[in-house]
Amino acid sequence: MKVWLPRDAAARALGADAVATALISEAARRGVRLDLVRTGSRGMIWLEPLAEIYTSAGRTAFGPLTPEDVPALFDSPETHPKALGLTEEIPFFKRQTRLTFARVGLIDPLDLAEYETQGGLAGLRRALGLSPPDIVTEVTDSGLRGRGGAGFPTGVKWATVARAPGPRKYIVCNADEGDSGTFADRMLMEGDPFCLIEGMTIAALATGAAQGYCFIRSEYPDAITTMTAAVAIARDAGVLGRSVLDTGQAFDIEIRVGAGAYVCGEETALLNAIEGRRGTVRAKPPLPALQGLFGCPTVVNNVLSLATIPIILSRGAAFYRDFGIGRSRGTMPLQIAGNVRHGGLFETAFGITLGEIVTEIGGGTASGRPVKAVQVGGPLGAWFPPALFDTPLCYEEFGAKEGLVGHAGFVVLDDTADMAAYARFAMEFCAVESCGKCTPCRIGAVRAVETLDRIAAGEAAALPLLRDLCQTMRLGSLCALGGFAPYPVLSALTHFPADFGLNTEAAA
Amino acid sequence: MTDTALATQVEVILRDHAGGEGAALPVLHAVQHAFGHIPEAAMALIAPALGLTQAELRGLVTFYPDFRATPAGRHVLKLCRSEACQARGGQALIEAAKARLGVDWHETTPDGAVTLEPSYCLGLCACGPGAMVNGELHAKLDPERLERLLAGLLP
Repeated sequence: MKVWLPRDAAARALGADAVATALISEAARRGVRLDLVRTGSRGMIWLEPLAEIYTSAGRTAFGPLTPEDVPALFDSPETHPKALGLTEEIPFFKRQTRLTFARVGLIDPLDLAEYETQGGLAGLRRALGLSPPDIVTEVTDSGLRGRGGAGFPTGVKWATVARAPGPRKYIVCNADEGDSGTFADRMLMEGDPFCLIEGMTIAALATGAAQGYCFIRSEYPDAITTMTAAVAIARDAGVLGRSVLDTGQAFDIEIRVGAGAYVCGEETALLNAIEGRRGTVRAKPPLPALQGLFGCPTVVNNVLSLATIPIILSRGAAFYRDFGIGRSRGTMPLQIAGNVRHGGLFETAFGITLGEIVTEIGGGTASGRPVKAVQVGGPLGAWFPPALFDTPLCYEEFGAKEGLVGHAGFVVLDDTADMAAYARFAMEFCAVESCGKCTPCRIGAVRAVETLDRIAAGEAAALPLLRDLCQTMRLGSLCALGGFAPYPVLSALTHFPADFGLNTEAAA
Repeated sequence: MTDTALATQVEVILRDHAGGEGAALPVLHAVQHAFGHIPEAAMALIAPALGLTQAELRGLVTFYPDFRATPAGRHVLKLCRSEACQARGGQALIEAAKARLGVDWHETTPDGAVTLEPSYCLGLCACGPGAMVNGELHAKLDPERLERLLAGLLP
């Protein structure tokens, strides 16, 4: 019997290891030969632990499983109460366009041969036949924009690093995925680590870098273990090292582990952390592309940006660019989270509306109550009320609604949520996580919590002060932590004034 | 542990990381892994080896929440405070934990059993509330499941 079961951290947190143990002992008890493959997650987190069994029709899904469900899997899988049918026919999965996440959940993440069988290394092999400027052109033409949140064109960043003079250059992968509501980086690293390694290697070829660092947050122990193992396997196989795939070009990757500071997800703070300094933000300019790690030209890209590179190189820029709308090209792995019925990872082309994401795909709230608000793009993203559910997923459209796409996390709240409490939490979070370098963020966030408390105590006259403070933080902060923390506060005020004890006119 | 034994262990860690670029965080992680915190006696050895002043090293240890100047309890419970977990009952879970343990954030129970730390996202946002116990993740917690978890930690 062939069974696939995730080793993804969320699946394990929901009991996947106990299910694996039950599978092994039940198979032994019955004398059945069990071929158990631990994979990444297919992304349907509400169905985890989700096991797949091989049948002549394809991989059939069962979930969410407990150890008690296991014996019946051996008896009659067809009539099992947790049977879900063919995995790829489950509506949540079938509706997706999986480009970046094509292999996640499908394969053993540390099986390099299987990775290649499923299309891996094709992008790197093609890149090795191109000149560095041609690789950059391919990435630029694909329209790929930074998936970490800023949405900066990846090809433009690479071109800057490629042209910059420097004694050495670096590729830095930002895997410090600290935003609440986001877990796509984690799932990719745990489910298809070679894809990220391949993307980083292509970036190195394009820009002339010989050393890469992947900076992973310490809250992701499973991702750290998987990435560390994958780098060692890639090195042994000659994918990394002194001569990448026997071409004479050197590139290697070191995994670095964060130490609990959210602000290290900001690229210059991250560079300081790798250098062994306090993770404070640097003023820009100079751009990291020109003077980044140890003062050298550095590509700093998010996990998803880099993991999307292999398919762009293997299938061509036009293939990728043909997905999406406007200036938002390709696909985005959405993370649907919070109080939602069908939470998980859903990769789709840009252009889908917020309402489709929350209502159709997410299935509304887990509590069954009406949706009150959705926070898009992490703890620094705006709250969207259902009245804005017609907004299409696109960097510009979300910007026009005073929000951001960010890392495409969607945190759903039901109508019992107190938006004033969430607004206060946003500023409290900013105060806790501020690196302290710039005054608007370090002191502004503390004062904003106090001012929100005054408003909550009935002092509506403090509102102009809060707005003024938010304006100062937006314009005066060095990075997005202080600069964007006003988004969840102002959006909550605009759309839910009653939660602050204000009428609509007072909040406007 | 004697100062000599500590020094020997720290020297091994420093030698393992010698010559690496920006080795401070890897060294501090390794020291904390070995001793459960960054001992005062270790700092005196680490700073010169990394080319840092004592003040700079202290600045690092205090900046990063993971590094502790004093040992934690025998178990460390991290509860996620973030929005996605709040949306699924995270706040009630936190209040239950604080009441059960009789501690606030960053505090350790008087018997030294459990230290309670906040986390701002463990990547379990679609299956919250999430927690980490001694490095192991738990999802979809409610006060009853938390109670079962704590029962295994408390004497």
